[in-house]
Amino acid sequence: MFGAGGGTSAYSEVEDTDLVLLWGSNARETHPIYFHHVLTGLRRGAGMYVVDPRRTATARWARGHLALDVGTDIALAHGMGRAILDAGLENRAFIERATTGFDEYVRAVEPWTLEKTAEVTGVDADLIRETALAYARADRAQLCWTLGITEHHNAVDNVRALIDLALLTGHVGRWGSGLVPLRGQNNVQGGGDMGAIPNRLPGGYDVTDDGHRARFDAAWGSAIPPEKGLHLSQMFEAMERREIRAVYVVGENPAESEADVAHARALLGGLDHLVVQDIFRTATAEFADVVLPSCADWCEYEGTVTSSERRVQRVRKAIEPPGLARPDTEILCDLARRLGHDWGTPSPEEVWDELRSLSLDWHAGMSYARLEAEGGLQWPCPSLDHPGTPTMHTRLWERDPALRGTPAPFAPVVHAGPLDELSPEFPLRLTTVRRLDSYNSGVQTGGYTSPLRREEALCVDAADARALGVHDGERVRVVSRRGAVEAPVRVDAAARPGLAFITPHFSEQVDVNLITNEAWDPQSGTSEFKATAIRIEKLAVGARVPVAGA
Amino acid sequence: MTTVDLGTIRRLVSVTVDDVEHRAPEGATIMDVLDDAGADTPRLCQAPNLTPVNACRVCVVEVEGSRPLVPSCARKVEDGMVVRTDTERVAHSRKMVLELLASANDLSEAGDDVARWQIEYGADPERYGPPGPPAAAGERGNRHAGHHGIPDGETRATVAQPVTVDNDLYVRDYARCILCYKCVEACGTDAQNTFAIAVAGRGFDATISTEFAVPLPDSACVYCGNCIGVCPTGALKSVAEHERREAGTWDPEGETVTTTVCSFCGVGCSLELHVQDNTIVNVTSPSDHSVTHGHLCIKGRFGFQHVQNVASPGEH
Repeated sequence: MFGAGGGTSAYSEVEDTDLVLLWGSNARETHPIYFHHVLTGLRRGAGMYVVDPRRTATARWARGHLALDVGTDIALAHGMGRAILDAGLENRAFIERATTGFDEYVRAVEPWTLEKTAEVTGVDADLIRETALAYARADRAQLCWTLGITEHHNAVDNVRALIDLALLTGHVGRWGSGLVPLRGQNNVQGGGDMGAIPNRLPGGYDVTDDGHRARFDAAWGSAIPPEKGLHLSQMFEAMERREIRAVYVVGENPAESEADVAHARALLGGLDHLVVQDIFRTATAEFADVVLPSCADWCEYEGTVTSSERRVQRVRKAIEPPGLARPDTEILCDLARRLGHDWGTPSPEEVWDELRSLSLDWHAGMSYARLEAEGGLQWPCPSLDHPGTPTMHTRLWERDPALRGTPAPFAPVVHAGPLDELSPEFPLRLTTVRRLDSYNSGVQTGGYTSPLRREEALCVDAADARALGVHDGERVRVVSRRGAVEAPVRVDAAARPGLAFITPHFSEQVDVNLITNEAWDPQSGTSEFKATAIRIEKLAVGARVPVAGA
Repeated sequence: MTTVDLGTIRRLVSVTVDDVEHRAPEGATIMDVLDDAGADTPRLCQAPNLTPVNACRVCVVEVEGSRPLVPSCARKVEDGMVVRTDTERVAHSRKMVLELLASANDLSEAGDDVARWQIEYGADPERYGPPGPPAAAGERGNRHAGHHGIPDGETRATVAQPVTVDNDLYVRDYARCILCYKCVEACGTDAQNTFAIAVAGRGFDATISTEFAVPLPDSACVYCGNCIGVCPTGALKSVAEHERREAGTWDPEGETVTTTVCSFCGVGCSLELHVQDNTIVNVTSPSDHSVTHGHLCIKGRFGFQHVQNVASPGEH
């Protein structure tokens, strides 16, 4: 944010904050060790409000739980923004000195009265106002979010609506006040930082910036295309238009993890050539022409990963890889050699030092020796004598405009509900969630036996189960506009009338992405996993209804 | 405005230990001072990432002006404090704690430090006679106060009992449990805040128990294993370690420990992979790491098996 793709705060700041606002995050289950820091903050007297459609394990710790309807986050954020403005609690000094676009923001939130916000979001108006004023009045406040904000068709707008709240109240750039996107995967931050996103060079430089691109071209003897590349969803669209005919998949399992997965599988199966490089023979590998077995780099090779607090840490080899598995960098260098480019056989540290020589602002000061001695470092760390940066954007509080730099822009984003709309035909909202003991498509966590694990089931509210005449454990047909799956029903107190949920962890039991909506955010490419319109059909006694993909 | 967290500003105080003067920051414990001075102070219930609970009393010292002995792990230093560790009273008290624990508990997996302290303080549990018969499975967890006969004096009482194996991830070997409370603290307010276990019963019948002594899968346990991480005696351990020990293939001498980062969510927990024979047998986290403070979740502590299920690739 504000030109740097990373959270603004160190984890330990939540221990020293006065208010925690967890939005679309079930951190108790999905980021359990971050939640230890939150609990320390709560024990020291911080208050917590949780925004989540479900009554999660996290929400049980909250002073207030805002159980909004799925996909109404911008409405809620704007309603809170207007409540703060109506109470005169906006941080005028900060807004005037460090932001732009305030007037447009005021106009954007103007329609969102408490009454209208309550009507659209389903959250009690008093609770909205209480949360908004608590956030605005807190000396220090942390606003954290996860996939509940980003797995929507308007993911980036959702995030910007939350950033607006921080700008409105000045809750950014100070110890204890910040914006914390809790990343879903152990190196999703590092992957982006290394340029594995379509619009950035390693170190976060804009790929369309001629000056920075020239530095990389000079170092690499290459000519990097000056346009942004395609993100995952655009790649699948290009496959559909038959513009992409060959795909090289490294450590990703789109044949299970994509929304509307039957469609994704058809596209993968129709390619001229598919290479899969992975530690497992995944569902995606079943479509591959070539499978390149790679090491589990976190325990079978050396390197770094970067966490949600921008902390770069070393991963190290503890065990020998099985069979023919090789480190990803060795596979890539060998492939380059076959293609006529000799990249040598660089050690992991040599690869890292090359990155440091180019990522001048963020990584230049992070030698392997320092990462080892200091337990990791948080970027930006531009020189060897720089201590790293736990809190970002402190510049916004500088008195001197020159030091303050570019002001942070408000974003007058517009609320737009889920694209997969509820209708008489599809009256229930299905959202996908994660459980404490499992992870994403289950490729890794399926490897161990968890006593917490139960059969995968469609979790529904007791009232919905009664209305549908289905009992706990009964198998039903779950139908969306894309397809249908069979699943047993489980009555779960975390659901509420009209809201059902299920995990993506066990596609062999319930292939839930056959029914999710692949409509994606034009800015991030993330699909609308959190909002599927469904109906639940009873199975005819003794009959087995054919199911797509089964 | 740049904010840098300096913590609380603390003055230095003067403490005399065994006639030698030390300077220590206000708020430090006597144990901190002893550790800085290089003293070998025994400890069982103390851990750097837990709040002191003063349970084991093996770290006691004399403090001038204090009638009872003082647990050094918890008592904060004060300016002018005079501490003695080299007295007969301290040595005798430490010996009795070590001796009585060893008489009732199996300390064979409590580590080299405990074995050394046993010798150093002359603990001799054998002088209480041969061990009495072990309790039946589950029996100790269901005893009630007052239901005791008078011992015959021929044998010494122990907490010996079969190992409880009621789930796939960890075992509870309460014959080794010294009631140090560390697991309760880690499950409770010091880290996990799950409160699956607590001390039940009183006196010699006290045990660590789930609510109503139900099996772990029926309890509130979320299998973070943070209780294992702090257990000092091997009473709590992974099924993997338990099975290797039972099979005689446990090889601590051949073990390597490698620090890396968890492969699951984006928090970035520091992991120590304990490897024997190219197999990960245990996962811990350094207690001084700013991200974890030594504590993990179920995925971090047990979710590594996918890298060693070589026989069935692609399955899950």
